[in-house]
Amino acid sequence: MNHVAAAETNFRPDAGLKRVGFARTRIIHPMLVPFPVAYFTAALLTDLAYWRTDEVMWERFSVWLITGGLVMAALVAVAAVIDLAYARQRPVWPRALGYLLAVLLSLPNVFVHSRDAYTAVVPAGLTLSVIVVAILLFLATSATWTLTSRRYGAHK
Amino acid sequence: MNRPSKSTREAKRSGIAAALALSVAGLALAGCDDSGGDPRKQIGANPVLPGLQQYLVPPIQIAKPISWGNDTPKVSAGLRIHALATGFQHPRSLYVLPNGDVLVVESNGPKAPIFRPKDFITAWAEWSAGARAAAPNRITLLRDTNGDGIPDVRTVFLDHLNSPFGVALVGHDLYVANTDAIVRYPYQDGDTSITAPGTKLTDLPGGPIDHHWTKSLVASPDSSRLYVGVGSNSNITENGIEAERERAAIWEVDIKTGAHRIYASGVRNPTGLQFEPETGKLWAIANERDEIGPDLVPDYLTSVQDGGFYGWPYSYYGQHLDPRVRPQRPDLVAKAIVPDYALSSHVAPLGLAMYTGNNLPASYQGGAFVSEHGSWDRTPFNGYKVVFVPFTNGKPSGMAHDVVTGFLDSDNHTHGRPVGLAVDRSGALLIADDVGDTVWRVSSAPATSASKPAS
Repeated sequence: MNHVAAAETNFRPDAGLKRVGFARTRIIHPMLVPFPVAYFTAALLTDLAYWRTDEVMWERFSVWLITGGLVMAALVAVAAVIDLAYARQRPVWPRALGYLLAVLLSLPNVFVHSRDAYTAVVPAGLTLSVIVVAILLFLATSATWTLTSRRYGAHK
Repeated sequence: MNRPSKSTREAKRSGIAAALALSVAGLALAGCDDSGGDPRKQIGANPVLPGLQQYLVPPIQIAKPISWGNDTPKVSAGLRIHALATGFQHPRSLYVLPNGDVLVVESNGPKAPIFRPKDFITAWAEWSAGARAAAPNRITLLRDTNGDGIPDVRTVFLDHLNSPFGVALVGHDLYVANTDAIVRYPYQDGDTSITAPGTKLTDLPGGPIDHHWTKSLVASPDSSRLYVGVGSNSNITENGIEAERERAAIWEVDIKTGAHRIYASGVRNPTGLQFEPETGKLWAIANERDEIGPDLVPDYLTSVQDGGFYGWPYSYYGQHLDPRVRPQRPDLVAKAIVPDYALSSHVAPLGLAMYTGNNLPASYQGGAFVSEHGSWDRTPFNGYKVVFVPFTNGKPSGMAHDVVTGFLDSDNHTHGRPVGLAVDRSGALLIADDVGDTVWRVSSAPATSASKPAS
């Protein structure tokens, strides 16, 4: 089990690809996790662009980016559930909850962005985008976007 | 191992963020639960205007269309109603020719573009309300040769039009306002169809967005000019202010040259252009903006002043600012005119008939019938009826009252929605119903039951 414990402390994204015990398991959600991060971050940038220019094109970019992020987040959720069920994973709660929070905040954000004209972005939409990206940046300090870890890895 | 302490720290921060998220969601939900007040407070010269609110999830309340069956709309005492003709495809406006022939414009707007995810929802809402029904974009002629109130000739008068709405006959020239141009056709008395190609008088603002597509049309009493209602290209500039060039305005078009100028502006969606018979002034009805509350902004009936600015998009009812518009224009807001007569919020007036006929009871003389197509974004529903606004000395003089109702039943199903209005040669009121696909005719009830109209 030594190499398993090593995998647990190793936060490389491909940690889950290692052959473990008798079962060949790979976790699938880490390859999807970055998509909402990229979309929500891009939405903050287009929000800022709209705020500075009043150009509706940027607001349309934002609302599609947030929508895209939410769609990908739904896929992340499905993938994470599969990983938990079939790949001997357990949630890493701080990261999973932080990520979930960013996604949940993006839900009111997509509705705010569906308003017409300026108040679709300023101030509520832009504020929500800032909070979402701040949460995601904070999560990024832990060096991986993997929301789960090996269930049998940790010895307490 | 320092992981547990780090996890605790992370968990604490996630907890704070979660509380924040919940409070945001809570605020949003609190904003959702509200319904409109008594519409009567918003009828007349001084409507009560509540503070504006912004929605997280804008209200959509669709009335499901069901057939009239053998039913008809209800009319006030002293009146009766029957179907002049049925089986149309989205009849949108009406025009009565001098010989009594009735033109029924069967029309619908161009396909709305999808710019945002929201547009899918709007498209679905319009479809389920019967507002996206396919239309042939043609004009059908009805003729009643024996005067019994039932047309016995029905022909395709003009075909292959482009989302037509307004019609105006000047001498032997018939002007049709397509959504993108005014076209002139030769008309001879008694024609039941026109096959001659039309001549374009002028382009009008049409696609590619064409949010408010109906172009209302009326000729000046001296036949030298046409006035055209050109609606805005958005609810409140969400398609960009450049898309609003020469829109939300009433155009004055020279009938000889096709040259135009903006006669009045800041009217979000002006239709029902009419000259008030007593004063000769131009009047219009207008659909005001959505998504700032069930009681904002009241739609209105107003005289239209030459060079007047009526607020859209920057403000409503004078100087009430709309925070959704950037950049703001305090210079325009300062001169924004308060409309003459509010009809209450989200009723969607789309037909106006100033009454000078002599079929209906005398109390209708000189006043205005307004058809209210009905709300789709307000609880409870508002509109879905034809109301009468009394006029004295060429100005509204009292409370509007219901004349034709029953388009919306007690289960909130629509049998029909009233749109275009016209007064036929005998003085009866005609109503186009674009969900019931019928043209209704309202006339005086036989003398025994004639009495003052009730509200």
